[in-house]
Amino acid sequence: MRNLGFLLQKEFRQIFRDKTILAMILALPIIQLMILPWAMNLNIKNINLSIVDNDHSSYSQQLITKIGSSGYFRIISADRSYKEALEHIENGSSDLIMELPSGFERNLVREGKQTIGISVDAINGSKASIGGAYLASVISDFNANLAINEIKVPDYNTKPTGFMEITFSNWYNPLAEYKYFFVPGVLVLLLTMIGGFMTALNIVREKEVGTIEQINVTPIKKWEFILGKLIPFWIIGMIVFTIGLLVIWAVYGITSLGSLPLLYVVAGTYMIALLGFGLLVSTFCESQVQAMFVAFFFILIFILMSGLFTAVQSMPAWARIISGFTPVSHFIKIMRMIMLKGSGFSDILTELGYILTFALVLNALAIWNYRKTS
Amino acid sequence: MKELLVFIKKEFKHVFRDPRTLLIMFGLPVAQIVLFGFALTSEVKNIDILIADNSKDMISTQITDKIKASRYFIIQEKNIGGTDIDRAFKRGGVQSVLIFPANFSNDLSHEGKAQVQIIADGTDPNTAKTIVNYLTAIIGAYQQEKFPTASLRYQILTEPRMLYNEEDNGSMNFIPGVMALILMLVCTALTSVSIVKEKELGTMEILLVSPFKPVMVLVSKAVPYFILSLINFTLILLLSVFLLHIDIKGSILLLYMESALFILTCLSLGLMISNATNAQQTALLISMMGMMLPTIIFTGFIFPLENMPWVLRTISNIVPSKWYFLIIKSVMLKGLGLQYVWKETLILMVMTAVLLTIAIKKFKIRLQ
Repeated sequence: MRNLGFLLQKEFRQIFRDKTILAMILALPIIQLMILPWAMNLNIKNINLSIVDNDHSSYSQQLITKIGSSGYFRIISADRSYKEALEHIENGSSDLIMELPSGFERNLVREGKQTIGISVDAINGSKASIGGAYLASVISDFNANLAINEIKVPDYNTKPTGFMEITFSNWYNPLAEYKYFFVPGVLVLLLTMIGGFMTALNIVREKEVGTIEQINVTPIKKWEFILGKLIPFWIIGMIVFTIGLLVIWAVYGITSLGSLPLLYVVAGTYMIALLGFGLLVSTFCESQVQAMFVAFFFILIFILMSGLFTAVQSMPAWARIISGFTPVSHFIKIMRMIMLKGSGFSDILTELGYILTFALVLNALAIWNYRKTS
Repeated sequence: MKELLVFIKKEFKHVFRDPRTLLIMFGLPVAQIVLFGFALTSEVKNIDILIADNSKDMISTQITDKIKASRYFIIQEKNIGGTDIDRAFKRGGVQSVLIFPANFSNDLSHEGKAQVQIIADGTDPNTAKTIVNYLTAIIGAYQQEKFPTASLRYQILTEPRMLYNEEDNGSMNFIPGVMALILMLVCTALTSVSIVKEKELGTMEILLVSPFKPVMVLVSKAVPYFILSLINFTLILLLSVFLLHIDIKGSILLLYMESALFILTCLSLGLMISNATNAQQTALLISMMGMMLPTIIFTGFIFPLENMPWVLRTISNIVPSKWYFLIIKSVMLKGLGLQYVWKETLILMVMTAVLLTIAIKKFKIRLQ
């Protein structure tokens, strides 16, 4: 036990000696947390639209005016032909083309039906496809309010039948603001990067520089050495988490709806799991470059498959399994549950169980794989 | 010139001496591209929905069946009281609840209208919005089929066409972005340790006392990684074509030239970081921990850049992967030529020149 005390003293000295790294550990995540979530918004506005109006009727003019005033679209060009409009898509100045066929108004009135072509730049990710959906809904709204549709069924005596009115509400986030969804997730991610990268680098550095040999020849036990590495980074992680929560409150006005101590219990367990991950990586690698690339590989998977940006449930079944094997996905889920919905201990029990399992397994593997002899 | 070749040979030997590192540096990113190409999708599917049917009549059952038949929803259980909804959301197994009031079909036939209520878990606004859209469409279609008189007499229909991606191949949305992201992070990290490693190990002194020009040290460091990155890019391209079924519509030559330019930009960025730091740990932390999230976000493949506040849009301009992302989308997927991407190409060239100049300026040829 006394050995552990000395080891901790050594580690803390090393950490505080290198001011650049210490500043980076603290400042990088906090600055990112303050800036990046402002960029995370899927509320799409300013969709660039090219219109090909082959009809030039009063209906087509009304429709175009309505689209222009909807607030979502910027009509960037009125083209004479589809080919001309396609040019705008190709050079990237336009996301969508709406083509009104000639005879649009006449066909609509005579036959009761008319189709409008919408062409979507389908490789432009979410912007164009969401834009296409918006456009379709503006058109259907225009359709419903058309003067000719106001005239009711000829027989005035029969009441209209079978009209289903749909009402909807978003609980916990009535204004559907994206910050509530993304900010807690980003905090988890930054914590993950610190925990994962820092521990992995730290031990490998001792290997590379050769100082690990000095420790290996002492009677220090394996678990003492590993605890000596874990505890300082655990403390740093919890400090970053605390600062992060304060930043979230100060910058985004988000406070936890659920219990704060519960949040800390989960974060603490999660940090242990993560440090175990970093340690495990470091026991497998010989140099800092190797450790960094291996950590990078996993952390990028953690980021992109954890459900932070794209929903886990929409992935193929095998990818959902991989996602389940990342501790991050569980922590992000719990963070959102506790902070945004006020979920309690019993609600998060399964997820917490997963994190605890990760903590035990990863650390056990790390201790088992750490060799005092090389 | 001969000296340079000797130095390049030395660097190659360094790289090849350690096959494990080589495999990690180049194998893992390739694996990632495949993984993300298959896994990431912006479509919302498999939504867990609870249907609270307080009416249990023919119409509510039929609508439930329609929802069941669509591939977007997984119906969980059918009985739930009003107060249980909050519990269900808090436990997290459910994302939306559809409520049919008691006497639903009675109201429909006698009053002429009835209400259905959708409650969505708003903590994920995107999914919540999609759920409402899907359900509205399903119920609307049912209504039209069952009660044609209640629907509009004059109908404007829309016919969507997916340009460049007619088969709706989901990989197409993410592959260019993931490629830009991974190439950028990997290439920057590769060179970011190269100089600082020699500083740390002390071998830098030996290089500096040689009659070799210091600038050439930088060049010889970058060359092996440049060649290996191009090979890596080829591998990524082959996998995208054969495994992820993306056809390359544009000129392969142009694609290679642009990618070579982009790799050069990233290697220069790495060299600059390497020259500005004193320890591998610092260099790696900057090039990976510091750059990872900003690159993901400012490349623009997850969140549309036009949507961001102007300050962030301005910041995004200094991220090289943003420009490369625009280039490969145009060249690889749209099949456009240089006349459409010359601006982006020029920007990458200027960036490379600036980064290299700073890297050379920062390169200290004296020991402290």
